[in-house]
Amino acid sequence: MLSPVILIPVLLNGLMTGAVYALIALGLTLIYGVLHIINFAHGALLTAAMFAAYFSFKILGLDPYLSLFILAPIFFALGYGIQRFVIGPASHGEDRNMLLVTLGLAVVIENALLFNFRGDTRTIDVPYAFETINLGVTFLAVPRLVGFVAVFVVAVILWLIMTWTDVGRAIRAVAKEKLGAQLQGIDVGHIYAVTFGLGTACVAIAACLLIPTYYVNPGAGNAFVLVAFTIVVLGGMGSVPGALVGGLTIGVVESMSSLFLGDSLGQVGIFLIFIAVLLVRPQGLFGAKA
Amino acid sequence: MKSFVPVALVIALLAAVPLFVQSNVVLNFLVVTLMIALAGQGWNILGGYGGQYSFGHAIFFGTGAYVTAILQVKYGMNAWPAFGFGMAAGAIVGTVVGWLAFRAGLRGSYFALVTLAFAEVLRIFASVAPITGAGVGTLVNLDMRFSAMQFQSRAVFYWLILSLVAAALIVTWLIERSRFGAWLIAVRENEDAARALGVNALTVKLGAMVISGVITAAAGCFYVQYFLFVDSNIAYGTWISVEALLTPIIGGAGTIFGPLVGALVVRALGEGALMITGHAPGLDLVVFGMVLIAVVWFSPSGIIGLRKTLLAKFKRPAAEVRRG
Repeated sequence: MLSPVILIPVLLNGLMTGAVYALIALGLTLIYGVLHIINFAHGALLTAAMFAAYFSFKILGLDPYLSLFILAPIFFALGYGIQRFVIGPASHGEDRNMLLVTLGLAVVIENALLFNFRGDTRTIDVPYAFETINLGVTFLAVPRLVGFVAVFVVAVILWLIMTWTDVGRAIRAVAKEKLGAQLQGIDVGHIYAVTFGLGTACVAIAACLLIPTYYVNPGAGNAFVLVAFTIVVLGGMGSVPGALVGGLTIGVVESMSSLFLGDSLGQVGIFLIFIAVLLVRPQGLFGAKA
Repeated sequence: MKSFVPVALVIALLAAVPLFVQSNVVLNFLVVTLMIALAGQGWNILGGYGGQYSFGHAIFFGTGAYVTAILQVKYGMNAWPAFGFGMAAGAIVGTVVGWLAFRAGLRGSYFALVTLAFAEVLRIFASVAPITGAGVGTLVNLDMRFSAMQFQSRAVFYWLILSLVAAALIVTWLIERSRFGAWLIAVRENEDAARALGVNALTVKLGAMVISGVITAAAGCFYVQYFLFVDSNIAYGTWISVEALLTPIIGGAGTIFGPLVGALVVRALGEGALMITGHAPGLDLVVFGMVLIAVVWFSPSGIIGLRKTLLAKFKRPAAEVRRG
C-alpha cells in the first residue's frame, strides 16, 4: 500500500498544489503582518481574479500566463483602492470594524459575481492543460509545474521588494512600529494600502496559475482561502517563510489524507490541523510568541 | 436600559400583529424575520455585550436544528422535548468550543477564525455522516398537530417564534441589569483591565457563549419545525453565520432591541432587492454586505445608535466653539 509508486506522485501533487496555496497564503500573511487584520475578503478577491482570468481568455483570447502580467497590476490597484478608500475610512482604526468590513466586502463581491454569472461552473481549454513531463517514476503535469516555479519567482520578487526598496523598508517599519514609522514621515495610510495591494496582486497571480487546470464559479475562492487561513495560522501570522513552508506542508497533508481518507474527509484533516494549531500554538510554527 | 416598560411594550405590540394581518405572505416574512432576529439575539449576547465576534454561529443554529430533527425522525421523540434537547445541545457546543477557544486565549481575529473553522468542520461532517442523512438531509414527517409542534396556522408559528424572541429579550434585559452583564461589558471594553479588577474573564466569556449558544440553537430548532427539513448547507452554512452577525451589528450591537431592528431592516431590504430583480440569487446578499459596511462606516453603533451618532455630529462643532 505504501509503495513509492503511489506515494511519490501523491507527494509531488501535494507539493504542486501546496505552492499555489502558499501564494494565496503569502498575500494573506503579508496583510496580516502589517495591518494586523485577517482579510476575510481574500477568497472573494481570488474568485474575482479567477473570473477576470477566465474572461480575458474567453473574450480577449489572452493566455492566463500572459494575462497574469496585466491582472497583477490591475489587482494591485484594486487592492490599494479598497484599503485606502473603503476599509481604512470605514473601520475608524478599530480591529473589530476591519474584520466586519472585510467580511462585508467578501459578501458583496461573492454575491455580485453570483448575481452576474449565476452559479455555473466554468473552465477554459488551453492546449497545454494535459501536457506532462515524464520523470521516470511518474508524470508531472506541465501547468502545475509552471505554477510551482512561478510561486517561487513571486516569492523572490516579494523578498527583493521588501529588502531592497524604500517601499519595502517602509512596509517593514510600519509592521514593526506604526507610530515610530509615522514619526519618521512614513505615510501609514499609503503603506497600508500598498501592502493590501501587494496581497491582492498575489491573489491575482494565483488565480492565473490556477485557471488552466481548475474551474471557476462564484464560490471557487472559498475552498482555497480557508486552506490559506490554515497555512497562515500554521506558519505563523505575518511570517513569509512560514507561509511558504506551511503551504507546501498543507498541500502534502491534503493529498495524503485524500489518498487515505477519501476526498471529502481530506478537507477535514486540514481544518482539524487548523483548530489544533489555533488552540495549542496560536503563534504558529514560525511566529514569535505573541 | 433600566425600565422593563419598553421591552413589555414591544412584545405586546408584536403579539397583536396577527390580529390585524391575515396575509400568509406577510406572516411568513415576519416568522422568518423573527427567526433570524432570534439567531442574532444569541450572537448579540456574546458579540454585542461580550465583544467576542463569532463568524461561525452556524455551529449553534445547525446543532439545534439537527438534534431536533434527528431525535424526532430517528428516535421517535416528541417534538417538544426534542426542541428542548436541541437547545441543550447548543449549550454543550457552546461550552466545548468556548472552553477550547477562550482557554487558549483566542481573541479578535483568532476567535473569529476558530469559530468559522468549527462551523466548516461540522458542515463537512454533516454532509458525509449517515446520522445526519449525509448529502440528502433529514426530512421531518408532516404531522400537523399541536403535540407535534406543527401548526396549520401561520399565526400560531408566529406566536411561537415571538415567545422565543420575547424570552431572549427578557434574558438580555436581565443580563444588562445584572452583575454578570457588567462583567461582560467590562471584558468587552478592556479585558486586561477587567481581569486586574478581579473579573474572571474566562468564566464570564464562557457563560456568555453558553447563553448565546442556547438562544441561537433555539432558532435552529424552530427552523426545523417550520420548514420540516434540514441539510448540511442550511444547518452549518455561511448564510446563518453571516445573518446572525449582521442583524445585531446593523441594528445596534450590545443593545436589547438591536437584533430585532436589524433583522427587520435587513429582511425588508433583502426582500425588496429580490422583488426588484425577480428573485435572482445574490442581490439580496450584496445589499446586506453593503449595509454592513455602511453601518460600520457611518454609524458604528448601528441603527439604534444612529440618533446618538447624528446628535454627536451636530453638537460637536458647537462644543468646539465653546472650548475655543
